[in-house]
Parts: sequence; structure tokens; C-alpha cells
Amino acid sequence: MLSKNKTGWLLLSPTILILVLAGLVPFFYVLYVGFFQWNPLAVDPSLQFDGFASNYRRLIFDEIFLESIWRSIKFSVVTLSIELTLGFLLALSLLSSFPLKSFFRSVHTLPLVIAPIVVGSIFKLFTVQGLGPLPHILKDYFGYTLNYGLNAEQAFWMIVIMDVWHWTPFVTLTLLAGLSALPQDPYESAKIDGANNFQIFTYITIPMMVPVLIVVIFIRLMDSLKIVDEVWMLTGGGPGYATRFTGIHIWKEVFEKRYYGLGSAMSILYLYITIVICWVLYSVMVARGKNED
Amino acid sequence: MLFVGSYIASWLQEGKMKTKKTFAKIGTTFLWSLLTIITLFPIYWMILVSTRTPVELFGKPDLSPTFFEKVHWKNFTKPFIDGIYSDYLFNSIIVATSNAALVTVLALMATYALSRFKLPGSESIFFWTMTNRMAPPAAFLLPLFLLFSTVFKFGDFTLFDTKIGLILLYCVFNLPFAIWLLKGIIDGIPRELDEAMIVDGANLFTIFRKLIIPLAAPGIAVTSLLSFLFAWNEYLLASTLTSVYARTIPTGLSEFVTTTGTNWGTMAAVALVSMLPALLFLFAVQKHIVAGLTFGAVKG
Repeated sequence: MLSKNKTGWLLLSPTILILVLAGLVPFFYVLYVGFFQWNPLAVDPSLQFDGFASNYRRLIFDEIFLESIWRSIKFSVVTLSIELTLGFLLALSLLSSFPLKSFFRSVHTLPLVIAPIVVGSIFKLFTVQGLGPLPHILKDYFGYTLNYGLNAEQAFWMIVIMDVWHWTPFVTLTLLAGLSALPQDPYESAKIDGANNFQIFTYITIPMMVPVLIVVIFIRLMDSLKIVDEVWMLTGGGPGYATRFTGIHIWKEVFEKRYYGLGSAMSILYLYITIVICWVLYSVMVARGKNED
Repeated sequence: MLFVGSYIASWLQEGKMKTKKTFAKIGTTFLWSLLTIITLFPIYWMILVSTRTPVELFGKPDLSPTFFEKVHWKNFTKPFIDGIYSDYLFNSIIVATSNAALVTVLALMATYALSRFKLPGSESIFFWTMTNRMAPPAAFLLPLFLLFSTVFKFGDFTLFDTKIGLILLYCVFNLPFAIWLLKGIIDGIPRELDEAMIVDGANLFTIFRKLIIPLAAPGIAVTSLLSFLFAWNEYLLASTLTSVYARTIPTGLSEFVTTTGTNWGTMAAVALVSMLPALLFLFAVQKHIVAGLTFGAVKG
């Protein structure tokens, strides 16, 4: 048996080695650097200890950082609710048959495989003042001026629209896969008992879909909390701080201002908040799922 | 939105009359046509921009298709033949292909170990791999940058700005996904088959070659295609951990943002080229994309 286990570990070892070197080591390194003041461009470019957790103390009063976290959370909640509603409706509509269904479905899959940075470029070309058709259409037919280069509110919602465009298909297709795999018996007995479609939906479909919904919410939330690429391409985090999500904020602090120590502390807090949010969400949903059993 | 409403309405009180069903069908088709237009219109515009000269792009947007003989090929030749973008493209191809190959081989080995051996703590390892995929890359930019440029040093060689660095790094998010995807497939191959082969005196290599790889072939194909795509699409890590020699096409694309007076036509052309693998693989991965993106938690 021992030799058999040895073979197993041998097969696993390259994977573990890579994940330790590129996943765990950076984590502990950033944890370590977070306790120091470190700016390689300063007069003294070495690591300096400045009281325990001084960076964290600074961060708690750093309004721009806290706002960026709040912004990321708001963004995640907004996009998640839109995508979930839209995706569920579209998934339900795909259960029935209608002309050209498989064609529509293929087109709907397309945004999923496009790189976020390319999605950012596509939207930049489509919406930028002076080039894109969207500002022209809005101006000519609705008298609405779209210039997210100057308007903070518009910039935020432009990112939301882009994210919905990019990721609703993921929600649709995943929920569709879940819906198609549901057992048919409960539906048949509910129909025999005279339940209407709304009752069937709330008392049968939704509870049976909880596991799939958890997966979807979990993945979407994780991904939208770490959004960087598309935003970087479309607005660069601006105007002002309007679309500066946490990922972009860290990038700017670390690589533009070279605040290595502070940036590390931010990274750790960011990681911590992401984990906490997902853990809370996960426990709530698992608990709800259990109650309904 | 009217049609969404009418669709829900007709869906809620399921068609008592046939006309109602036909109406729902028309409504759904209309809704999906609208969605398709919304999906394709920005992409269509990008393709148009890539075919036009800067002068043609000045003023009111012209949405009519460009004739083939009027295509402004310079948008493509300038970055990809005269410019540096052919190098970026080459780097992207090397990095994505090698990463996909490496990930597939390593994931196959790891998954087999996790599936067939009762290793102590293997469940925790399985979940730990997942956390690597879920962590926000922005939080790891600084430590990876420092490790790559100063700490992981072999003589004069550092991993910073090398293709091998990117290839290894992309394993961090591709390996977990590949392991999760393959786990379901390899668990589905009956153990008795392995055991029968072991009784016949086959070694591990033969088991892989004669049993696991042939039976898991479709899953392996999807895993490597999706790994390729994820590696191809990655931007943030590539832009931070390369400077000159290992830049990939997404980092090249982002360079258009900072330059003043962006040449939109060239930018659209580069974006279009970096989209090509996605378009090529769309039909191959379409059926498996759900399983791929949910780590096999939901089957497509």
C-alpha cells in the first residue's frame, strides 16, 4: 500500500509544487511585506518597520481605498442581480422550442469566450465620444449625451452594462443546464394536483435549482469582485475615482506610486474581504438549502 | 421589455389556447433576435472600424458594410507586419499552447492520483487547488512581480519577462479548473478496468496510454482547449510580469489606451486578431463551456 500511495504523491507532486510556488509563496510574501514601509523609489529603498500593522492602521482611514471596496461590492451586487434575473428568464425561454433556437444560443455563447480586455476594446470602440455609434444614436434619437469620460455616474453604469453583456450568457447557459437536468416527476405530480405555473416555479423549480444557483452566484461574485481588465481598457478607473475598483486601485498604488508596503496590506485586506463575503454567502445559502429540505 | 412582459404573462398561465402559444413563440423569437443584435452589434462595429482609414472614421459613424476591395489593410499590416505585434502574437501562441499542454498533462496525473489513490488529506488538496482559481489576481501582482524579478533567481536568469514564467504562472488558475473538470470524467471510468490491467501486469504508463486517455479523450480535448483560451485571454498578470520580450497580445492591446490620439482602426484590427481563437474554438467548446466555467459543478 505504501508504494501505491507513493505513486499517488509522485503524480500529484508537480501540481502541488507549482501551486505552492505560484500561489502560497506569494501569499506569505505579501503578508510579510504588508508589515513594512517599502518604497523602492524613496531615499531609503529598503524595508522599514514602522510599528506593528501600521499599514493596516493607515488603510482603515484611507477613504479612497475603502470607497474602492464599497464600489466593488456595489458593482458586484448590481451586476449579479441584473444577470441573475435576466439569465433566469432567458434560460426559461430556452426550455421551450422556437425557430432558430440553436443559432441564438450559439451567438449567446460568443461573449463568454472573448477575452475581457477585448470586450473592453469592443466597448471602447462602440461607446467612445467621436467614434462610437452609441453616443450618436443616443444623441440623435433620445437627446441624451453619453460621455463617460467626464460623467462619473455614466462611467459606472457603462461598466455595469459591459459586464451584463459579457456575463449574462454564462448565467443563462449554466441555469439552462441546471433546468434541463431537473427530474420531471415533481412537475407531473404538481400538475395533477392542479398547481399553476407560478406555484410550480416558486415551490418546485426554485428549490430544486438552489445548488446550481449557489454555483452561479458564487462564481459570478468572485469574478466581479476581481474585475480589472475591462475597466482598465474602457475607463482606466476614471473619471476621477468613478470606476476605480479595488483591483485597479491596488495596481495604481503599487505600480504607479510604488507603495509596496501599503499595497501589500491592501492586497491582504482585499483577499480577506473576498473570502469573507463568499464564506458568508455560502453559509447563508447552504443553511437556506438545508431548511428547505 | 414589452415582449419580456408578454412572454412571462403567457408563460405564467400556460397556453390554454393555441393562439397564445403561437404568440409566445413569436415573442420569444423576437426577444432572442433583439438579444442577438445587441450581442453582435458592438462586434460588427469593431470589424467595420478595422477596415477603415482614420479619415473614414471621422465624423458620423457609417454603419454600412465595407466592400472587400475598399478594406484598409494597412490597419492589419502596420501592427502585424511592420510593427511589434507579430512578436506579441507569436508569444501568445507559444505561451497559450505550452500552458495548455502542460496543464493537461499535470492535471491528468493529479486527477488520477486524487481519483484512484486514498491519499491522506487529498480532499483538502482538492479544495485548496480551487482557492487558487478564486483569488483575485490583483492581490498577487506585487508579490509575483517581486518574486519573478528578484527572488526566483538562477544565476542571471529571472522569470520576469520570460515566456516560461508566464507558462508556469498560468498553471495557477488553469490547473484547478482542469483538475475539477477532469475529476468527474476520471471518476466515471470504472476502477475495475484499472485493476484488471494491473492484474495483467500493466504499469501506470500503460494504464494511462491504453485506458485513461482513450476513454477520457473528449474531456481532455475540452480541458486543453479551454486552458488554451484562458491563457490566451489573460491580461493582468501578463502586463505586470513582462516588459519587452514576453509581451502577449492582450498586453499589446492595452497599449492603445495610453497613447494619445489612438489609431482606432489599428486597435480594432489587433482586437479582432486577438479574438480569432475564441471564434475558432467557439463551436468546439460550445457544448462544454458551462461545465468548463463551473469547474464541472454543472454539466452542460
